[in-house]
Amino acid sequence: MIAFLVRRVIQAVGVFLAVGIIAFSMFRFVGDPVNQIVSIDTPYEERVKLRASLGLDDPIPLQIARYIGRAATGDFGISYQFRQPVSALFAERLPATLELAFCASVFAMVFGIVLGVVAALRRGTALAGTLETVSLLGISLPTFLIGILLIYVFSETLRWLPSFGRGDVVRIGGWTTGFLTWSGLKALVLPSITLGLFQMTLVMRLVRAEMLEVLRTDYIRFARARGLKTRAIHFGHALKNTLIPVITIAGLQLGSVIAFSIITETVFQWPGMGFLFLQAVQNVDIPIMAAYLLLVAFIFVVINLSVDLLYTAVDPRITISGGRAT
Amino acid sequence: MRASRILAATAAVLAAATALAGLPGEAEARTLRWARSGDALTLDPHAQNEGPTAAVNHHIYETLVARDPKGALIPGLATAWRILPTDPTIWEFTLREGVTFHDGAPFTADDVVFSLNRALQPTSDYKGLLTSVDGVSKAGATTVHVKTKGPNPLLPNNLTNMFMMNKAWSEKNNVAKVQDFKSKEENFAVRNANGTGPFVLVSREPDVKTVMKRNDGYWGKSATVPLEVSEIVYTPIKADATRIAALLSGEVDFVQDVPVQDIERLKSTPNLRVTTGPENRTIFLGMDVGSADLKSDSVQGKNPFADKRVRQAMNMAINRAAIQRVVMRGQSVPTGVIMPPFVNGWTPDLDKAPAPDVARAKALLAEAGYGAGFQVTLNCPNDRYVNDEGICQAVVGMMGQIGIKVNLVSQSKTLHFPLVQKNPPETEFYLVGWGVPTFDSEYIFSFMYHTRDAKFGSWNALRYANADLDRKIESLSSEVDAQKRNATIAEIWKTVQEETLYLPIHHQTLAYAMTSSLDIPVDPENQPKLKYVVFKSM
Repeated sequence: MIAFLVRRVIQAVGVFLAVGIIAFSMFRFVGDPVNQIVSIDTPYEERVKLRASLGLDDPIPLQIARYIGRAATGDFGISYQFRQPVSALFAERLPATLELAFCASVFAMVFGIVLGVVAALRRGTALAGTLETVSLLGISLPTFLIGILLIYVFSETLRWLPSFGRGDVVRIGGWTTGFLTWSGLKALVLPSITLGLFQMTLVMRLVRAEMLEVLRTDYIRFARARGLKTRAIHFGHALKNTLIPVITIAGLQLGSVIAFSIITETVFQWPGMGFLFLQAVQNVDIPIMAAYLLLVAFIFVVINLSVDLLYTAVDPRITISGGRAT
Repeated sequence: MRASRILAATAAVLAAATALAGLPGEAEARTLRWARSGDALTLDPHAQNEGPTAAVNHHIYETLVARDPKGALIPGLATAWRILPTDPTIWEFTLREGVTFHDGAPFTADDVVFSLNRALQPTSDYKGLLTSVDGVSKAGATTVHVKTKGPNPLLPNNLTNMFMMNKAWSEKNNVAKVQDFKSKEENFAVRNANGTGPFVLVSREPDVKTVMKRNDGYWGKSATVPLEVSEIVYTPIKADATRIAALLSGEVDFVQDVPVQDIERLKSTPNLRVTTGPENRTIFLGMDVGSADLKSDSVQGKNPFADKRVRQAMNMAINRAAIQRVVMRGQSVPTGVIMPPFVNGWTPDLDKAPAPDVARAKALLAEAGYGAGFQVTLNCPNDRYVNDEGICQAVVGMMGQIGIKVNLVSQSKTLHFPLVQKNPPETEFYLVGWGVPTFDSEYIFSFMYHTRDAKFGSWNALRYANADLDRKIESLSSEVDAQKRNATIAEIWKTVQEETLYLPIHHQTLAYAMTSSLDIPVDPENQPKLKYVVFKSM
């Protein structure tokens, strides 16, 4: 177990290095940050001086080494746009992103599993057909379109829910939460649905397919033959066994929900990290982009590790030392 | 005796009450919720010379010289300014008395000296507007002298965004220096403020909202500055559709950056108002007229743009009215000069756009020896100006009509502008827009027409060099005689217009949308000042 963890940590360092190298070699193609930093009437000389002082003229490997060296000590630099430490900007925006990701995931799991079970058990009925169609729409519609449609219906036409922002938030220590105010909860509804809809349809289709498969297996037939109640067969035996792949997918999807909430956050002016990242790309704010990509890499490393550890808990046949770790 | 005293007191109270009732807006709490696409990057008044940042700061901080909603210079924290008759290199500013900062400290000459010196620091983003300044000194309790390196008749025009901070507050909070990239700490002034302006900062959450309340002790309150808004809630909303939805659903009252395709819909919505007006910004095309040969064209060993007849033909090929109608949906003012109408030196004659004439353009091309046409590449931004990519696409079609085949390369502003600014430039045909913060032609000349060197021409990617013209441009910055100066400006315009160096397209227009209880006119600098707002009864 300890050997496994050590191996994982070494792998993680490799992942960070790779992300850093790829990121820095791509930043050259995003454009010139100096142009975004200074006002338009800055003379050429000044621009050259600033570029040199930011180290943008140095060879890429040197820039990477310098960045990783500083990042290792927890210094992620100062944002070019906001002129504030990147770590402080992230700390400020992390709660918004995590709360949104949490709500979106809960929405996706609860509705995904319930609707998936319904679609499997009521196979062939009109209800199941409708669910199938809706799930196809959920998978194929782009996020921003879903967001704008929801805003059009629930904010502009019905005026039930706010179209942007987090509402009133309560500050607890370094954390801001929207869970404790009515406007904060209302503000969570539309972005959570927008962000979670794709995940929800994915989970629903997965549960439906797995459930149908499990229902055909021998042990379900034996259970039926033994005269167990349908309810117990469906929820005690069938559903439980469909959940292993669902956990894997849900875990990996949680990572993408946190990391790629960029579109949803932009549509709803949600003050999270995705929104910060999008603005950073538009303004070539290299310190923010680099730190964000490293953070995303970190999230995925942690989630993959947790999923591997969870496997052993759910399915005792899988052992970590058995080389099952991927 | 006693009864009469009570009576008198009651009468006084009643009189006060009626007086209050007679002045609506005086005691009423009226919040104005304001949204635009971007947030202020910082509240530090000298850290970022950038649109939304200055627009928010104008409500909290003030400048010595200000601009009214039409763009004319008016007294701000200085009541008067003049060049000293004894020394033309010294500007004297007489300061307004009785002004206090939001923390109660009086506004003094020391604060002015401190603030101007802060704006001159290497990390300040406003130092570019103060390059002519040699030193700032206090000359009396309410007098400040600004010494310039040579006579500079335009200095006050450069001070309309130069915000005044309180010296004691800045030193106490350790913000005497503008934030720089080396420091690891966040500067206190980034989200705290102490100005003299009409509104006081209440709270600031970047990218979420900034709340300001009315400064009841504001010195400038008057008939034209009614200060009816008691609270401003400023919320950036980046996505166009969301921002417009927030206005339609009543979550905000006033929206900037209205997309042109939404204007008609908003105009026809009851209880909403849309105001439009020209912005201080002109959109135009530039081209390499100086190189011996172009890299991106199909002509070998020659530069077609070097021939004036080719440039005139291209100017005639552009159908500006069609661009206005189709690409801009009416939201632009076609022009024949790269100078917005607010600028000193502008005349209706210069502004007249040439009529499109394809036949004559073709004839001119043939005369220049390009009757068979040629091929060039046009670089265009796609996220900087209103429908910038659409304008370029239209130009491609119009050039095609006279036989010039244009390959369009449109990309983000972060990739486009370096092509123009690199030395030497990496584009031979490009679109840019230019606003004039000083409201004077000199600003256009020195950035757009002067030969490119260390000090001038940083946006001149024409490779155009004319020593005689350069001398005239440089003379403008020290000519104190206004009449002579204006004559030189007219001369320069005559020369460059004859040469047809740029192909002007239009002046950009702005649109603001708001609830019908408001009527906020478009500000030429796109910095609406809410102290002027008057609420209408619905």
